Amino acid sequence: MLPRAYFLAFLVLLALLPHILYPVFLMQLLCMALFACAFNLLLGYTGLLSFGHAAFLGGSAFIAGQAAKVWGLPIELSILAGTLTGTLLGAGFGLIAIRKQGIYFAMITLALAQMVFFYALKAPFTGGEDGLQSIPRSDLFGIIDLTHEVTMYYFILVLFLAGFLIIFRIIHSPFGQVLKSIRENEDRAISLGYRVDRYKLAAFIISAALSGLAGSMKAMVSQVVSLSDVHWSMSGAVVLMTLIGGTGTLFGPIVGAAIIVSMEHYLGEYLGSWVTIIMGVIFVICVLTFRQGIVGELEQRLIKRKLPLQSQDSTS
Amino acid sequence: MLENQPVVLETRDLSKSFKGFTAVHNVNLQVRRNTIHALIGPNGAGKTTLFNLLTKFLIPSSGSTFFKGENITSSKPPDIARKGLVRSFQISAVFSGLTVLENVRIALQRKHKMDYQFWHSETILHTLNNEAYELLEHVDLARYAENKAAELPYGRKRALEIATTLALDPEVLLLDEPMAGMAQSDISRTAELIQKAAKNRTVLMVEHNLSVVAKISDVITVLRAGQVLDEGSYEHVSSNPLVLEAYMGKKHA
Ligand SMILES: Nc1ncnc2c1ncn2[C@@H]1O[C@H](COP(=O)(O)OP(=O)(O)OP(=O)(O)O)[C@@H](O)[C@H]1O
Ligand SMILES: [Mg+2]
Repeated sequence: MLPRAYFLAFLVLLALLPHILYPVFLMQLLCMALFACAFNLLLGYTGLLSFGHAAFLGGSAFIAGQAAKVWGLPIELSILAGTLTGTLLGAGFGLIAIRKQGIYFAMITLALAQMVFFYALKAPFTGGEDGLQSIPRSDLFGIIDLTHEVTMYYFILVLFLAGFLIIFRIIHSPFGQVLKSIRENEDRAISLGYRVDRYKLAAFIISAALSGLAGSMKAMVSQVVSLSDVHWSMSGAVVLMTLIGGTGTLFGPIVGAAIIVSMEHYLGEYLGSWVTIIMGVIFVICVLTFRQGIVGELEQRLIKRKLPLQSQDSTS
Repeated sequence: MLENQPVVLETRDLSKSFKGFTAVHNVNLQVRRNTIHALIGPNGAGKTTLFNLLTKFLIPSSGSTFFKGENITSSKPPDIARKGLVRSFQISAVFSGLTVLENVRIALQRKHKMDYQFWHSETILHTLNNEAYELLEHVDLARYAENKAAELPYGRKRALEIATTLALDPEVLLLDEPMAGMAQSDISRTAELIQKAAKNRTVLMVEHNLSVVAKISDVITVLRAGQVLDEGSYEHVSSNPLVLEAYMGKKHA
């Protein structure tokens, strides 16, 4: 269960932050945090490692950007168009890949995402190497001016929270229980009569849709979409964020995204490509020392250990 | 009397080869309703493979399988379970990260159509608690309901598996070595449990513990090198020198 007090504290923090930190940086962080949360629904709660999630983030970012810039759609419809793109790409990828297990699943999602990357590289509307530039930000519902970054921040925050709450609801739902059972032991779930492919496909599409929402938000925040958003390294980054923060924890991906985005933001200008190497080192340290990620590790230390089972067990 | 019971599960010339190696060879097996049918044989005889063929976790190379007269050779594993033929695994298969209660509820959820609901809070699953606790009482696990399944000792995990399987109320249970690795006290409890579960049910069980097999099973099929070596009561198969040789190894060689 989500402890109400933590969630409220989290909300207050998010509401106050733009008055302390640079709003554009925070918005970028929220986009990546939602992306990581969506990815975690798959890796952490269903046990599926996708290596193609950049396609959903970047693909939908391009469509959302195109919708706002070329089709002249208002911001809310552009985001909707981007989210739908993520959903459809997710359905396509999922139908092809979902029957594959483990590393084969990861490889197929990677291959499909590479196809999306090459399409984005060649297609004229994406702007190729230059990307999609100067995406306009229309007024929200035609009335709320979003040129002010703090106003934009609150809009993005609302979308982030909506996505986060959807994920929270799914994780703690009867359907979420079935996903967890598939993660824990797929064969056992099958032997109990679950047609696991359907649940996995549903989870995959939801994850892709929310990644699409994150990508569309990102396009509206940065007002540029570049090829790096669909590049495989973006798929790698989201794995990294989720693992560092803690797979299968609610807040882990947010913490992971905060760490990675902050490092890129604050260290990027001084260290350049060294940031990638530092992230790699952090990743290795994580895997070696706290496998469960930061939040996973904290949860384990904070939760008071139950009495050892043996003492309850009457020797029968 | 047992011979009068209808055949509920049947294989006809069932075979499976892995890259030229035949693990199961022309097996004709008939399991009658309301019996405890034991499947024994030395390591590598093909017992688990046969279970995998019956539940379609493996596709047979040739031959067919029938459940209650219906040809189920080309059914899918989850559909086999839905028809009422539910298996357990040789290696304990619980949902380790979930609690003992949640483990049993997973099995109940599908039956109660609470498997796709993503919009409800999981508290709606509490309506299944009474039924789940009843099943846990049955295997003496109710007091562990809130523990993670991973924390259970091995014998208890196997008991949890049986409770989870029974939650589906299957007509036929396939148990793959339900007592392997158990302490003696757990073994007798599990044997009783299987006998209890077998009231109004059919059990096909792979088991190496021959004293248990002798005690609780009605029919025994002996498998060796993928083929049926003998079948009958414990008295019958245990007096067959070929069976003894297969099981004990070639003593006189
Ligand atoms: N997937 C597979 N690929 C190749 N060979 C296999 C496969 N599964 C089983 N075998 C082989 O088939 C034979 C029968 O294995 P099986 O697991 O059915 O034996 P078993 O009777 O269950 O033995 P045990 O008592 O040790 O559990 C063994 O020689 C095994 O190595
Ligand atoms: Mg076996």
